[in-house]
Amino acid sequence: MTTFVEKIIGPRTPQENLAEDRMRYLLPTIFFLVAVGLLVASVFFPYWKMTLQAPQYPKGLSVQAYIFKLTGDVGEIDGLNHYIGMRPLAEAAQLERSLSIAAVIVLSFLIIGSIFIHTRYTVLLVLPAILYPFIFLGDMYFWLRNFGLNLDPTAPLSSAIKPFVPPVLGVGKLAQFVTITQVQTGFYLALAASICILIGLYFHRRAYKPLVESQTELDSQATEKD
Amino acid sequence: MKLNYVKKYFLPFILLAVIGFLLVAACSGAGGDTETPESAAVSGDINAIAAERGLTPADIEAAVKTYTPTGMLDEYIMFSSGGHSGQMFVIGMPSMRLLKTIAIFTPEPWQGWGYGAQSTMEVLDEGNIDGEEVRWGDTHHPALSETAGEYDGEWVFINDKANARIAVIDLRDFETKQIIKNPIAINDHGGTMVTPDTEWIIEGGQYAAPLGWEYASLDDYEDQYRGMVTFWKFDRESGRVLADQSFAMELPPYWQDLCDAGKLVSEGWVFCNSFNTEMATGGVESGNPSFEAGASQRDMDYMHIINLDKAIEVYNAGQTEMVADFPVISMQTAIDESLLYFAPEPKSPHGVDVSPGGEYLVVSGKLDPHVTIFSFDKILAAIQAGGFETDSYGIPILAFDDVVEAQVEVGLGPLHTQFGPDGYAYTSLFLEPAVARWTLGGPYEDLNNDPAWSLVTKTPVHYNVGHIAAAEGDTVSPDGKYLVSLNKWAIDRFQNVGPLLPQNFQLIDISQPGTTMPLLYDMPIGNGEPHYAQIIKADKLDPWEVYPEIGWNPAIQSLDPNATLAGEERIERDGNNVEIWMSAVRSHFNPEHVEINQGDHVTWHITNVERAYDATHGFSLPGYNITISIEPGETATFEFDATHDGVFSYYCSEFCSALHLEMVGYMLVQP
Repeated sequence: MTTFVEKIIGPRTPQENLAEDRMRYLLPTIFFLVAVGLLVASVFFPYWKMTLQAPQYPKGLSVQAYIFKLTGDVGEIDGLNHYIGMRPLAEAAQLERSLSIAAVIVLSFLIIGSIFIHTRYTVLLVLPAILYPFIFLGDMYFWLRNFGLNLDPTAPLSSAIKPFVPPVLGVGKLAQFVTITQVQTGFYLALAASICILIGLYFHRRAYKPLVESQTELDSQATEKD
Repeated sequence: MKLNYVKKYFLPFILLAVIGFLLVAACSGAGGDTETPESAAVSGDINAIAAERGLTPADIEAAVKTYTPTGMLDEYIMFSSGGHSGQMFVIGMPSMRLLKTIAIFTPEPWQGWGYGAQSTMEVLDEGNIDGEEVRWGDTHHPALSETAGEYDGEWVFINDKANARIAVIDLRDFETKQIIKNPIAINDHGGTMVTPDTEWIIEGGQYAAPLGWEYASLDDYEDQYRGMVTFWKFDRESGRVLADQSFAMELPPYWQDLCDAGKLVSEGWVFCNSFNTEMATGGVESGNPSFEAGASQRDMDYMHIINLDKAIEVYNAGQTEMVADFPVISMQTAIDESLLYFAPEPKSPHGVDVSPGGEYLVVSGKLDPHVTIFSFDKILAAIQAGGFETDSYGIPILAFDDVVEAQVEVGLGPLHTQFGPDGYAYTSLFLEPAVARWTLGGPYEDLNNDPAWSLVTKTPVHYNVGHIAAAEGDTVSPDGKYLVSLNKWAIDRFQNVGPLLPQNFQLIDISQPGTTMPLLYDMPIGNGEPHYAQIIKADKLDPWEVYPEIGWNPAIQSLDPNATLAGEERIERDGNNVEIWMSAVRSHFNPEHVEINQGDHVTWHITNVERAYDATHGFSLPGYNITISIEPGETATFEFDATHDGVFSYYCSEFCSALHLEMVGYMLVQP
């Protein structure tokens, strides 16, 4: 009789199956580990970038969002934003940035943990990592909206620039500035991690579903016998 | 079985590879697209425009060589003296656009130079003479710093002929950092020139006077009046001339004129020409020969040949006398230690220029149609041979025939010589007026097809050329390409703007060999009377875009202890002393209200907290003669006594933003 824990983690792979076709059982592990690698690597790259172009800034202004910090012309963009009454960029997503590294570590451990689980519950463990890049974009939208709609009404240009929602991705226009927002290397790495997990899940199902099914069959036979 | 195995697991690894490829593509995707300019097709309209404006094909060619469309940068940068404007001009070439005026000896309000900012007042005060505030200068000869005889783009120096001062300009921010008054001389001319590694800056005198400028009657001219050359030690680390490691050499009261440092084979030697070896003392009002006549009697004057390496040893050995607390090697010591020789040079010369390899010294006698070329090898041999005549002070004179290599008849009124990379030398001809191209011999003979030591061609200039400057034309590796004729008179070249006319800089194309040397462009100089200029390849300069950190003090090129970061603005009072820490950013000063009492002493610090390229703010305080330029990152400090009461609106004087007019504050001085 299988315990509750065994029901969650599923059957272990019999030695004879491994001997016959080791790769079948190795593939999901490989894809999950690659996903972890990509996810961890993504921390070191910017996820998102906003570029401001205006005639008097021939090289443009840009701010890069890593998951834990902002880099680039933050001071200059803040200086310009004060004209329209936008709060300093550093005030955005402070909680998210402070938790981001821990979150990636947790996601990584969930993926690694899922390697040892051979049932459909694996999906639950890796689901946060799959959704993670989209959560990032959603959060970015939330803050852009929050900042764009909450302009200081006493700012110098408040009568000229009405509250607005800057686009998360794409091209916008504000006074003489063209704003270009786009995802960056870090985001692509996280997205690649999601895809690796999905592929890993396919191989996972191919490898372990038969084992789970035969286990269930054995269990039901055992129950019948009882 | 094996094949099957590969087939079976091929797909997953293909997938991994595809993901990897996509990642690489995503990472490198931000490369940006390159634009290729459309090829220049000349339309038929060009001819119509040219006909309408009366332009010749040569004019069109010159236009195409010099026209610099918006956004295109110049290939060379010229540093030109400003003459008695006391400034230096920075000019792009070949566009001949004035890029900047660097304030040096003369206050200049746009740069806030000398109108309150301590960093500028302190530099100007270094140039005070016996406590007198001398607030102008006559800048003559810029000298770019060199490394191994090549311009390195780090520093530029210049002299003030009128007051015997030299200045140090830092090319990280193009601002003057130091002014040094020569303690023994009241005027100079043969400066500034640098030794090939910029260890020494040369400052030669001009009109003889008692060293230390004490009184002596002109009747005692030969006994009491003296010439001099000063060697200033430059320290790159601190960016300063170290006066306490510098020294001078006493010279006869001939009027030393221009100097040049030896290079390569002649490194360690310095050459200066002189005039008025007649020792005329003028007095035309008393029936004596005027200076212009009295100083032009002899056919030969003396080129001074100075063994600098040996002079440094003599100075280090302490064989100096103190004049006005400054160490001077006496003439007698110079003679005894074999530091100084003369070579006769024709006639009333103006300029001695060392060839790129250091082998030849080119002297032009203003009143002799030749350039005279001396051989450094022959000079060494003559010194070695010994058996000299001496002048009346006992200084050995080498025999003219022993040291001359060649003479080339170039034309009337030859003055200054520059060099090209192709064996050509260029000499300005004041009287003709023209620029002459002639050939060097010896190791330079095979660099062109023209015979050695001969005149090749002349290009007329407009008018009365003084110095000329060729691209890197006084370094060990001249670039050729362009030459600028620094003309004193413009006459009919520009619209009449009243009796004081601009000078005329004429750009000449020297890129082709032989007799082709066309004039390209005229640039009026309406704000000074330049003498010499040097031209450096633009890519050797690497100035800052903004000061490296917020709170930068340009005087010390490091952070200012009174830097005011945003959020630290405040006003503090201690008795009658009020101290203000202010920030400036587009488009406000903080604080905007400064309330003080009449009689207070005010110390005011302003930091421009901007990091944007070109986001300079001005600070102008009316009624108190204060105007300051605060470049991005800079901290400026000024002090004043609030002597008069009233309401004073201080404002940003550099149009900084759309709300620039609103960048204002009130200083309220209560009676």
